[in-house]
Amino acid sequence: MSPPPFAPLPLPRSIPRGWFGRYRLELGAREGRHEHVLRLQADYFREGNNDSEDSGLRFATCQSLWKQIKSETEQIQEELNKQLFDNLVSFLRRSHSEFQEKTTEWTCQMKSSEIPTAALVLGVNVTDHDLTFKSLSEVLQNNITPYVALLQAKDCPGIKNLMQKLMGQLMNCYIDVDTSDEEDWVQVSQNRIRCSMASLISWYENITKKTDSETPSKKRTSSRHLQSPPVVVIFKDMESFTTKVLQDFLVISSQHIRELPLILIFGIATSPMIIHSLLPHSVSSLLCIELFQSLSCKEHLSTIIDKLLLTTQFAFKLSEKVLQVLINIFLYHDFSVQNFIKGFQLCIVEHFCSQPLSVLCCRLVEAKKRVNSLSHSQCENVRRLPSFRRYVESQVSEKQIALLTADNFLKIRELHCACLENRVWETEEYESSLQLARMLNKSDLVTMLQKCVEIFASSSGKEFDKVVEKLKEFLTQFQKLEVAGACQERGESVSSQKELQKKTDLYHLQKTLLELKESRRSKKLTKFEMLRFEVVDFIDNLVRNYLVPADHKTLHEIMYFNTASALREHLNAAPRIALHTALNNPYCYLKNQALKSDGGTISNKAPDICIVYKLHLECGRLINLVDWLEAFSTVVMAVEGPNAAASDQVDDIIHARFIRAVSELELLGFIKPSKQKTDHVARLTWGGC
Amino acid sequence: MPNLEHPAYPAATLLRLESLVPCRESQVSMLLSIFGERQQFTFPSIFIYGHTSSGKTYVMQTLLNTLQLPHVFVNCVEYFTSRLLLEEILIQLQNCSFETKHASHVLCDTFNDFVRMFKQAVTSQDLQDQTLYIVLDRAEQLREMEANILPAFLRLQELTDRNVTVVLLSEIVWELFRPSTGCFEPFTLYFPDYSIGHLQKILSHNHPPEYSADFYAAYINILLGVFYMVCRDLKELQHLAALNFSKYCEPVVRGEANERDTRKLWKNIEPHLKKAMQTVYLREISSSQWERLQRDDGEPGQLKGLSAHAHVELPYYSKFLLIAAYLASYNPVRTDKRFFLKHHGKIKKTNFMKKHEKTSNHLLGPKPFPLDRLLAILYSIVDNRVAPTANIFSQITSLVTLQLLSLVGHNDQLDGPRYKCTVSLDFIRAIARFFSLLHLKEGQSIGP
Repeated sequence: MSPPPFAPLPLPRSIPRGWFGRYRLELGAREGRHEHVLRLQADYFREGNNDSEDSGLRFATCQSLWKQIKSETEQIQEELNKQLFDNLVSFLRRSHSEFQEKTTEWTCQMKSSEIPTAALVLGVNVTDHDLTFKSLSEVLQNNITPYVALLQAKDCPGIKNLMQKLMGQLMNCYIDVDTSDEEDWVQVSQNRIRCSMASLISWYENITKKTDSETPSKKRTSSRHLQSPPVVVIFKDMESFTTKVLQDFLVISSQHIRELPLILIFGIATSPMIIHSLLPHSVSSLLCIELFQSLSCKEHLSTIIDKLLLTTQFAFKLSEKVLQVLINIFLYHDFSVQNFIKGFQLCIVEHFCSQPLSVLCCRLVEAKKRVNSLSHSQCENVRRLPSFRRYVESQVSEKQIALLTADNFLKIRELHCACLENRVWETEEYESSLQLARMLNKSDLVTMLQKCVEIFASSSGKEFDKVVEKLKEFLTQFQKLEVAGACQERGESVSSQKELQKKTDLYHLQKTLLELKESRRSKKLTKFEMLRFEVVDFIDNLVRNYLVPADHKTLHEIMYFNTASALREHLNAAPRIALHTALNNPYCYLKNQALKSDGGTISNKAPDICIVYKLHLECGRLINLVDWLEAFSTVVMAVEGPNAAASDQVDDIIHARFIRAVSELELLGFIKPSKQKTDHVARLTWGGC
Repeated sequence: MPNLEHPAYPAATLLRLESLVPCRESQVSMLLSIFGERQQFTFPSIFIYGHTSSGKTYVMQTLLNTLQLPHVFVNCVEYFTSRLLLEEILIQLQNCSFETKHASHVLCDTFNDFVRMFKQAVTSQDLQDQTLYIVLDRAEQLREMEANILPAFLRLQELTDRNVTVVLLSEIVWELFRPSTGCFEPFTLYFPDYSIGHLQKILSHNHPPEYSADFYAAYINILLGVFYMVCRDLKELQHLAALNFSKYCEPVVRGEANERDTRKLWKNIEPHLKKAMQTVYLREISSSQWERLQRDDGEPGQLKGLSAHAHVELPYYSKFLLIAAYLASYNPVRTDKRFFLKHHGKIKKTNFMKKHEKTSNHLLGPKPFPLDRLLAILYSIVDNRVAPTANIFSQITSLVTLQLLSLVGHNDQLDGPRYKCTVSLDFIRAIARFFSLLHLKEGQSIGP
């Protein structure tokens, strides 16, 4: 795709024109075009605003933030895949070494030599597989063999194409390893390479002979590899391969497994049962299949969220609604972690682009510096923030004036906000532990408290010192209780405690807790119970103090991206609805006052296709073309008064307009010619949209 | 047992040949008499058929190698286009008499070229005075190639005017080969299946050196007793025998039984073999995993087979889409109103039931349905409103790529695509259980 020409006209913010073009450009930026693309992006940040809003700085911040996040996610991915890849690598090593043992043992002679095969179950999130396969082939190339080929079903409609692809990839990878043999390569390519197993085998023989005869100093790559390395063939999407191609390939390669040590990896999205449904027993008996399962995508996502959002490492945060949109897309639609990260990237770009104050969304030290150098107009922007207004209103009047006038004063406040925000997130993990704590028995509670102490102690804020002390006090009290052995049977209380588990809401939880207290007033509370209530109350207070919802905080707009609607528009597009809106209510897109209509009426000023569309909504499954034309001409002629309508014959021009509109509708897939009746067309959609 | 006899070959060679092809003596002697002496012309084409692993390839190879007859052996699956096949034959022909492999490149696009180059090769290889055999294994593949290939091979002798015989090996009968335009009829020869006695004899033939032949024969007897009902594939049986033999020997190695203690040995091995039939034979677990289990003396139950991982985790709406697709595939269109609309008219029960008593929809298989019907059912089974977003449509496409749905009649997309649901009732039940959404009324009307 070529980059769109830069349009210097200021675009209204409401219509992010060319958003997607640029977005895609950014994602797919190649090295060569990189700078040009960067300039385009920077321009986009500047559009519609003057430079007093630090657009350059914002752009740079956005870029560096994304770079950090990207490397972080890649690292997470690597760590998560490590276990799986280790298993796979050891499987490959083991099966290859078994193969290498040219034993004269009786069993080995009698056993049929099966092709070692790893069935790799990756889950239905197909969009994530590419990355996994890419890193897998890297791992294999680093540890096992330079000869790794990745096959995709769409490239292999027949066995011939499969062999072509396989040989192309294998022979190229050899060239990559050792460039000195370029002349050889040219020769080979001049001769037509015969796409057969025989030529593959002779290639393999040559290559292994060559590397064996090489002096050790030249063995840069092969030292890490196994001796006479296996050829690994990865089928990326097992489900989509046709049975015939797979069968043929497996039969051919099993005949030559002795000459060409092949190892297969089947990438499976659904379940390993697919192997049995694709291959008959006579073919699957040629394989030695072992199963490998990747981490579930849900676990993957929760790790990503933990590392990207529930951390102080990155200043940028998502508001509850935005996060909900992203998670919903993940859970309801695609299970794709890559799409989640792309969505997150979109949030970052959108935030830095639309929020001038996002320039302060960076590390605390850096933010301090930037606060001090804020321009007047930026301070004005701060004053416009709703959360800031709320904050001002809650202050005493003299302070209000000061806040609204003095820029310097403002800057100090801001710092405080930044501090607070960070701290709130630090205690995020704490919330989950709290809910558990309420229903735990003694030993669990003690360990939980100890954990809390650890978390607080590890966080740097001074305000938490007291909390830590208090918690420690509780701990010692518990220990004393234990020594005294005063802990009594709490059998009855357990059942009522279980009710608590159902209530996750903080407020409800407390209410039930109070009820519980009252109902049990008659009973004698054990010392343990008293203490537990004390602890829970204390923790509850703590939560109320520190876990205020983010959008109650002053200046939260700087860190939190909360335009969920924009995100939904971009990520969860509704083409049918958009098409319906465009045709049913053209004003929505054309913004022509004449088209403004109220509900059901059909304006004759609307484009022909809209009129035709609206008329066809009133019809059943089959539409009579003559009636339709009649109705169309009535609507179009409406303005010309009764004398025009008097003529019975439909104007040729109107006829032509009608035919064009109808064929446009056909092109859009709303109708098709019907075979039942010649002068009718069939509707392909039903209802309003 | 007929001893192989032929005046053209020395008796020692024939004896060796006989020992190499147990239970196939009659076929070999038949072939020998057809082949005649080296320089004699024989049938232009011979068609040999028989089931998987009935020894076709092995017998041909052993026969030609032992008697040192000039031959070319090609697997038609491996050389999947006519060009590859013809070129491979020519290459093998060039290397026929030379010891060293001599990789000159051959270009041969048409059968006409092939005939010309074949004549040259025969002359240069000095093969005029003896019969050359071209063996085409898995010959059923020839039917997929150009229409002229099979008839031309059948009368290659006539076309090249050389002493050559083409042998076709296949698992299917000649009637399925015969082209509609007619062709030269080859001599057909049937290789019958090995009987249980044959299998016993062949399998016991290669006994491990550490143990006596009788001991191994007893083991093979037990093995065949378990597996003969499900598997008659010689290769597979041999593989299974090798896999499980160490377990059979265990009591002997431990000194708990001697080699003649058949009953004890049987008690030890029989349950083990039954387990093997359910796991490793079906490739539920791999043979190397099986061996490791044996070595560690673990229970096969610890290792889950491939079928144990039948559960597929799907996104929320994909689950509903799949359920909707299933309902659309197995419920008749006219019941949609009854099941999915709140205020439906009553359907006359007698009429309705009569048709359903005849055949179960599950026996008839899934029926295709249009996209709009799928969406309509989806909207009615999902509680909250579903917007027809691009994500929903792409989910349908990804269900197709996952082979859970299949696209029917791959014509115009604008014509309204039609799908079929390809998953089983059990699969749908597992998904529906997740929603605790057991469509009882649907279940009753369509249940098997």
